[in-house]
Amino acid sequence: MADLSVNLCGIDFKNPIIPASGVFGYGREYEEFYDLSELGGIATKGTTAQKRTGNLSPRIAETPFGMLNSVGLQNPGVDHFIAKELPYLLTKNTVILANIAGSTQEECAEVAEKLDATQVHMIELNISCPNVKQGGAAFGTSCAMAEQVVSAVRKATSKPLIVKLSPNVTSITDIAKAVESAGADAVSLINTLLGMRIDVHTRRPVLRNNMGGLSGAAIFPVAVRMVWQTANAVKIPVIGMGGVTSGEDAIELMMAGASAVQVGMAVFTDPYAPVRIVREINQFLDAKQIPAVRDVIGTVQPW
Amino acid sequence: MKYLQGKFPILKKQALARDVYRFWISCQEVAKIAQPGQFVHILPPGFGLRRPISIAGIDPEHGILQIVFVIKHEGTRILSELRQGDELDMIAPLGHGFTLLPEASHVVLVGGGIGVPPMLPLAAYYGEKATAVSGFRSFQQVILQEDLENYGASTICCTEDGSAGAIQGFVTTPLEQLLAEGVDAVFACGSQPMLKAVAELCIKNHTYCEISMEERMACGIGACLGCACKIKNPDTEEIQFLHVCKNGPVFKAEEVIW
Repeated sequence: MADLSVNLCGIDFKNPIIPASGVFGYGREYEEFYDLSELGGIATKGTTAQKRTGNLSPRIAETPFGMLNSVGLQNPGVDHFIAKELPYLLTKNTVILANIAGSTQEECAEVAEKLDATQVHMIELNISCPNVKQGGAAFGTSCAMAEQVVSAVRKATSKPLIVKLSPNVTSITDIAKAVESAGADAVSLINTLLGMRIDVHTRRPVLRNNMGGLSGAAIFPVAVRMVWQTANAVKIPVIGMGGVTSGEDAIELMMAGASAVQVGMAVFTDPYAPVRIVREINQFLDAKQIPAVRDVIGTVQPW
Repeated sequence: MKYLQGKFPILKKQALARDVYRFWISCQEVAKIAQPGQFVHILPPGFGLRRPISIAGIDPEHGILQIVFVIKHEGTRILSELRQGDELDMIAPLGHGFTLLPEASHVVLVGGGIGVPPMLPLAAYYGEKATAVSGFRSFQQVILQEDLENYGASTICCTEDGSAGAIQGFVTTPLEQLLAEGVDAVFACGSQPMLKAVAELCIKNHTYCEISMEERMACGIGACLGCACKIKNPDTEEIQFLHVCKNGPVFKAEEVIW
């Protein structure tokens, strides 16, 4: 049994695998399958200051080796999260990353401030949601706006602050450096790639929102590339995600420079994916006689 | 246990009509707890997302579930190519099913096309107290009328072109007459226009009605919030997006915002 533990921003994770925000709700539905303590952490459903109803249906479209979604940050609001979901999650012996979002800097800061007063372990600021009209991706696609919103949230909390980056940018490293200089303790990437499908029989977009975020195995090579570029550009830790479906995928993102790995769409294909990936990482390390998963972080040997 | 994921063997396969298949699946644990109106979430081999398919038969004694599905696109086509002895990767049973009313003396089960299969477990429960009104485009699509009758239900079959059944036209024609005669409850599954028409008729006649909705899904268990459906709380008038996979697929007719 290899040592699977990792440490990010001073927080100990028993293993590097974290179900990504949005696919896992607040974990309750997956407890029917396994104990949440088997997970390194859980990134909770994106929380905004007020309750949000989200977009109209259809919100889901399957694509080759992937999917589009346009849920649109449906959530019950931060007060509900703190009162009804967080206390329960904090009893589960796993690291809780509260994912937050907002239409304005002030909203993001307000949510962060409320969470700062709780026992949540980390805050993951989403500046990259492609499915909301205001804020969301707009924050994540301009260095100046990314810096401003991260600065505002940084002032509101002393919790370890992860900033979740959008891949829908010309230079991921410029954005990563901007949020690092604004006080981010870590970055996580990649969020979904903006995509679209059209039903050629009806001439209507498959998603009611027209466009949506592409995730799944189809985007994995983009994730590897962006994690690698980012890990080489910033000093803060990188959490990798985007189409991870196996232990070897997770190892690959870690070799590219990720200190931990989030799992998204794979949870829909196989609800056991996160715990299976933990097992597969261990098998890989044991087979290669690598004593600790930490030993693979950033070890790609580029040509 | 509310639901589980596993691989379950197909015991028997039957073609019911063009592109419509029935599987009998061996899954003791699921058959023990499944309720009429619930669904199974099946992963077609090689795909990333599962397909929600309603349960068309529950046999807890022998540990057998039935499903009936139509080939819509590639995923269901791959499913249709599976054979007896192959295994289905399934999460089941899922969703909130139909309310069972032991006191009811006459209920109507309205199924449109591939919405007929989920009426079978209700026919099994209500037996002779049920009238099953089924609607199809044409004689080639007619399915499961004998199965409904074998459970004791009386059947009224409607086809849009009049090529089969007693009625040419839509399910609403016989439903209106049945409602006028007085029924305790209506349960329906089918296309959205059909469900809307059935819901409006029942509301107008002050008859209790539950409808089974469909929406594109990802997780199937209420975590991802993909399959949103606009629902009104009849008491508070509050409108919210609930989820077909967990809060539904069965909703009360007066709750659904069309």
